[in-house]
Amino acid sequence: MELFFRKIAQLSASLVFVILAATTVVLYLSAKPAIEEFGAKFLFESRWGVEEKVELSPAELSELESVEVDKDTSITDDFIEDEDDFIMDDEDFITDDDMESDDNKTRVVYGALVPIVGTVFSTLIAMLFSVPIAMGIAVFLAEIAPSAVAKPVGIAIELLASIPSIIYGMWGLFYFGPFIAGLFGGNTVSLLVAGLVLGIMVIPFMAALSRDAITTVPDMLKESAYAMGATKLEVIKDVVFPYARSGIIGSIILSFGRALGETMAVAFVIGGVYQFAGKVTDPTNSIPVVLANSFAESSGLSLSVLFYLALILFVLSFVVIASAKLYFLRKK
Amino acid sequence: MRLIMNRVFIIFSTFAALVGLVFLGWILFTLFSKGLQGLSLDVFTKDLIEGGLRNVIVGQIMMSGIATLIGIPVGILAGIYLQEYGGNSRSTEFLRDLSDVMMSAPSIVVGTFVYAIIVVPTGHTSGWAGVLALFILMVPIIVRTTDDMLNLVPIELREAGIAIGASKYHVTMNIVVRYAKAGILTGILLAFARVVGETAPLIYTSGSSEFWSTDLTGTFPSLTVSIYNLATMPDDQMVQLGWTGAFLLTAMVLIINLLGRYASNKKRSN
Repeated sequence: MELFFRKIAQLSASLVFVILAATTVVLYLSAKPAIEEFGAKFLFESRWGVEEKVELSPAELSELESVEVDKDTSITDDFIEDEDDFIMDDEDFITDDDMESDDNKTRVVYGALVPIVGTVFSTLIAMLFSVPIAMGIAVFLAEIAPSAVAKPVGIAIELLASIPSIIYGMWGLFYFGPFIAGLFGGNTVSLLVAGLVLGIMVIPFMAALSRDAITTVPDMLKESAYAMGATKLEVIKDVVFPYARSGIIGSIILSFGRALGETMAVAFVIGGVYQFAGKVTDPTNSIPVVLANSFAESSGLSLSVLFYLALILFVLSFVVIASAKLYFLRKK
Repeated sequence: MRLIMNRVFIIFSTFAALVGLVFLGWILFTLFSKGLQGLSLDVFTKDLIEGGLRNVIVGQIMMSGIATLIGIPVGILAGIYLQEYGGNSRSTEFLRDLSDVMMSAPSIVVGTFVYAIIVVPTGHTSGWAGVLALFILMVPIIVRTTDDMLNLVPIELREAGIAIGASKYHVTMNIVVRYAKAGILTGILLAFARVVGETAPLIYTSGSSEFWSTDLTGTFPSLTVSIYNLATMPDDQMVQLGWTGAFLLTAMVLIINLLGRYASNKKRSN
């Protein structure tokens, strides 16, 4: 019994490692055809599902068409139905054709640059927007507000951090998007809206973590500073922040990692089109959104390409999260 | 000058807090006003195909519930191993860090993984694929909370158990785990609340269905995926139903969170 229990507990514990390893291996194997086909150039290629070496192929034409159409149609059908479906069907057809005829004159080119740039920029916008506000909330809760205010507001913030991300996305689509479009012009789905919705989503999370870091500062340190006549600003700037610095940076990076891999909050509001956003108010795409919208309709090479994207996202967020957890948030 | 700067700073920080709270309040407000509008008995008694949400709510709870049922023993055992058996060896620390990182891994990637190992071989989406995806997401959470909670158990309790001749298994199960029960329960509730609102890993693993189903081997109804589909439909009535679903989902998540909070507070005051 004793031994059995020990063994089974050990097995459960190693399961975490097994899952992680299996994820990496499976993603790599599934992405292999695409990795062999495109290699590292995939990262810098901005075309997606476009046929090469043919003057105006059907795929290219339809891509152009659907992009054009896309600007005009309402938000509702652009990312789920028309555009992706349409393009994917064409791609599938061509890919199969390609393999059967063994004809190397044409090939379909996929590149991750648009979703990568979209992901990075939407996350950066989110950070620029959320860091000052979240820090304000954290400082307010920990140092400024009387405890009769700080406690209920603190609990509210923690509860808000648990709201499913799809809610933020839906709100962004129906209320925040039109609001931003009214302020800055442009589309109701855009890089800017996506970044801001992401930012609002991570605010409670970041604020709660930073507040926890700030409250670990010993009262004695603060009292000494106050006793010397320091103002609140000076105490926070010169005592609290330096002391809680690693915790605060950790919370920012963790939020960054969360925003990076977020799907649902962005899927509603980024537009889901394969083109760079020339202005921040233009729609574009991000890695998780590409994954969410195109998986069901893909096969063969186009599916493998998606796994390649997933692998990139996985590695990217793994590095970000691991650096936050292991470097900044290490307790001992 | 210093005092003015101080004033400015306090005002700025309070203002930032207000701005953040206004946005968050705005979200909750729309959620309540839109959600309550469409709330009626039909929502709970009819399936999606007839304009209700019964099948998707049951489907979502079933998938999360089964994932939790499998996740509880695995997660708790793993947590016990890390704390009680692993000691502070290198491999234990490594596993601890890994579960920490896995806790924040993008959920869509878990979806792609499950898609590759279940949906591709079987050729269709299924409830079990959804369950597996949610299971993978929740295990690290349970592992970490169990580990943390057991860490709070005083070493003297373990020593007392060993001193009266109890085996390690008995000490662990009857003394240590019992002591940390409330904390572990909170961890489980929070993990459940987290996975019940997941959408991204379900989109192409369980899919969603408009019909009543309790057959996990086929495409399975999911509340979150349905909300996503409903919200992007051009029909106002569908969008309304999506809002009602969103409201119910949020209410469920918040209530479970409050329960978890209550459980851990009660423990602390004892």
